[in-house]
Amino acid sequence: MKLTKLTAVAVAATMALGTVTASADLVFPSLSYRTGPYAPNGIPFADGYADYFTLLNERDGGIGGVPIRMIECETGYNTEKGVECYESTKGEGSLVYQPLSTGITYQLIPKATADGIPVHSMGYGRTSAANGAVFSNIFNYPGTYWDAASIIVKHVSDLESGDLNGKKIALVYHNSAYGKEPIRTLEELSKKHGFELSLLAVDHPGQEQKSQWLQIRRERPDYVLMWGWGVMNQVAIQEAANIRYPMDQFIGIWWSASENDVIPAGDGANGYKAVTFHGVGADFGVYDDLKKHVVDTGKTAGDGSNLGTVLYNRGMYAAMLASEAAATAQKIHGVGDITPQQMRDGMEALKVDQARMTELGLKDFGPEINVSCANHGGPGLGAIQQWDASSSSWSLITDFVEADRDVVDALIAEDSAAFAAENNITPRDCG
Amino acid sequence: MSPDFLYAVEVILNGLMAGVMYSLVALGFVLIFKASGIFNYAQGVMALFAALTLVGFQTGQVPFSHLINAMFGTDYHNWSNGMNNFMAIVLTMLVMIAFAWLVERIVLKHLVNQEPIILFMATIGLAFFMEGFGDLMWGANIKVLDVGIPSGGSFWLEDVTRGWAAEGSEYYGMYIDVLDVWAAVIAVVLVVALTLFSQFTKTGRALRAVADDHQAALTVGISLRAIWVIVWSIAGFVALVAGIMWGSKSGVQFSLSLIALKALPVLILGGFTSIPGAIIGGLVIGVGEKLFEYSIGPMIGGATENWFAYVLALLFLMFRPQGLFGDKIIERV
Repeated sequence: MKLTKLTAVAVAATMALGTVTASADLVFPSLSYRTGPYAPNGIPFADGYADYFTLLNERDGGIGGVPIRMIECETGYNTEKGVECYESTKGEGSLVYQPLSTGITYQLIPKATADGIPVHSMGYGRTSAANGAVFSNIFNYPGTYWDAASIIVKHVSDLESGDLNGKKIALVYHNSAYGKEPIRTLEELSKKHGFELSLLAVDHPGQEQKSQWLQIRRERPDYVLMWGWGVMNQVAIQEAANIRYPMDQFIGIWWSASENDVIPAGDGANGYKAVTFHGVGADFGVYDDLKKHVVDTGKTAGDGSNLGTVLYNRGMYAAMLASEAAATAQKIHGVGDITPQQMRDGMEALKVDQARMTELGLKDFGPEINVSCANHGGPGLGAIQQWDASSSSWSLITDFVEADRDVVDALIAEDSAAFAAENNITPRDCG
Repeated sequence: MSPDFLYAVEVILNGLMAGVMYSLVALGFVLIFKASGIFNYAQGVMALFAALTLVGFQTGQVPFSHLINAMFGTDYHNWSNGMNNFMAIVLTMLVMIAFAWLVERIVLKHLVNQEPIILFMATIGLAFFMEGFGDLMWGANIKVLDVGIPSGGSFWLEDVTRGWAAEGSEYYGMYIDVLDVWAAVIAVVLVVALTLFSQFTKTGRALRAVADDHQAALTVGISLRAIWVIVWSIAGFVALVAGIMWGSKSGVQFSLSLIALKALPVLILGGFTSIPGAIIGGLVIGVGEKLFEYSIGPMIGGATENWFAYVLALLFLMFRPQGLFGDKIIERV
């Protein structure tokens, strides 16, 4: 009798498993923030991320014939809620997490590593996670904050005909782990190039920055860099315009580089610059497909008003890189329905060259990607974008250029070694 | 004069202007606390909601358009090209009056004679509700607010003061944001109007009577519920003014609700029951935090303003627990 019951249970379980296999899908969680003070930035990213997966489902039937299921979980840009989202969705077979917050990323680094799930903190999070030998499950390609700081300094150096000696550069930064990320790199670069670095912290949320901008007005730095987020960006750009600081000498990180940041300052924001790791605007082939398969069929995640904006493009790019990594994982392991561990392998073997970008309708949208066991942060290229207030649009004014690898790689090696020592991690042998 | 001295004067001037902006937010707290003993946690969100509504009217946005479009598959966004600033402000004020009436009907009416902490908790709930409601009604995107108030550094002041520094010194003239000057003028007008209203009108006297002793006021026929609607409406108006001034600086966005954090030290310092206290408290906090950041900030890594405002307020609290102008609470046993 007991045996019969057990057999019945086993048969039922097998059938249930069979059902799961039959309806297998590739699960991509989206830790979004459509509410709260940072929602204006969270919405376009989440829309871009979701719309690209919808496009793949509608146009290609998913990735490698396996449909994509995206699970959206609202974090409100709150670290605790982000961790809750991770815990509540990881059991769904989630393949990769985009935490979309440096705070959430720091929390997920040990958790996701223990769970064997990869994390892609694209252009944010812990910079030294670029060292894949130490951070096996964390990826931050195509660029890190330290790459960005060095690329901005390169741009500034180009403007000064290669001589920054004696120049003054001020960093206005969000007084948080995120805002402090570039300081170490900038300090190293100031030693190398001989410029004077001054640091101006702005407390959260950054609604009041009079002191910082009075100081900038007094000290007249040759260039002002910004590591801001949310309302801090809008207020900083407005204050810079108010003190009539030359906007083309004011350069932000890629999280201070959206339309939301410049539009409130109106004409005053004209000429403001920012570093970016991807293209701007909607002049890419993929938008034709998005229009045909997603917009015109009423399947957009939002109201469609964010298409072509900086953060929509970034969300779309993140989804593209995730889907390419999943396709790579499918090829490596010869299965359609991949596991998170297999996804990690796919991310570590990810290669997206210009021919593939063109195929995807993203010609010249970003630099070629070539991830490896040792390098989870590459290629570390960035371009400078500039705001034109009259046409309300960004344009790239430089090519994608390489970061100062001598400085950045040394810092990554030092920081990741310290992390490995603190956490008793034996770095992998990446050959 | 030495540039350093002129810089210090500039910092003080800008501190005063920043203080006025804090006071605009603090005023709303004081009005409600004075009349009803409620610490209105939702005051910052009221400023946000008022500013969102104003921009909605200015641009002719359809309220709840995202919800309507999602439910019915429509594509409504704007019902017109918008309206002029005056009409938009009047309509927003009507919305804030309706809001005050609803708060009284739905929330406060049921909490008469409850402990202050219960009323405080109710306003926390109200704040979260309004934030979500505002999001649903007007969308979460950042909105540009322009009611025609000039902004930017004053060329006039720069030109006049440029020659004040000793010859040969690099001095670029004094800086002040014209928007802040307007905020100061508006705050003065607001305080004078509120004072005249409370001193010389029948309703104002009734407000003061309720503030002094609401049970005694009830016995002479003053309707507590009507007074609450009036005082929340006035606080709504003050929130609208604060929302306009702060929203003009940074665009109207959900971070605007966090300006309430800047009002708390002002209230601690100036007292929760004094309108002049809110102004003086704002000025002291504004000047104090800016001078501290200017003189000590660079030595300790900067970003001192947020916490120093509270330190300053706590220092005052040690010597005058009721704040500079607050009523001393004497409880007889």
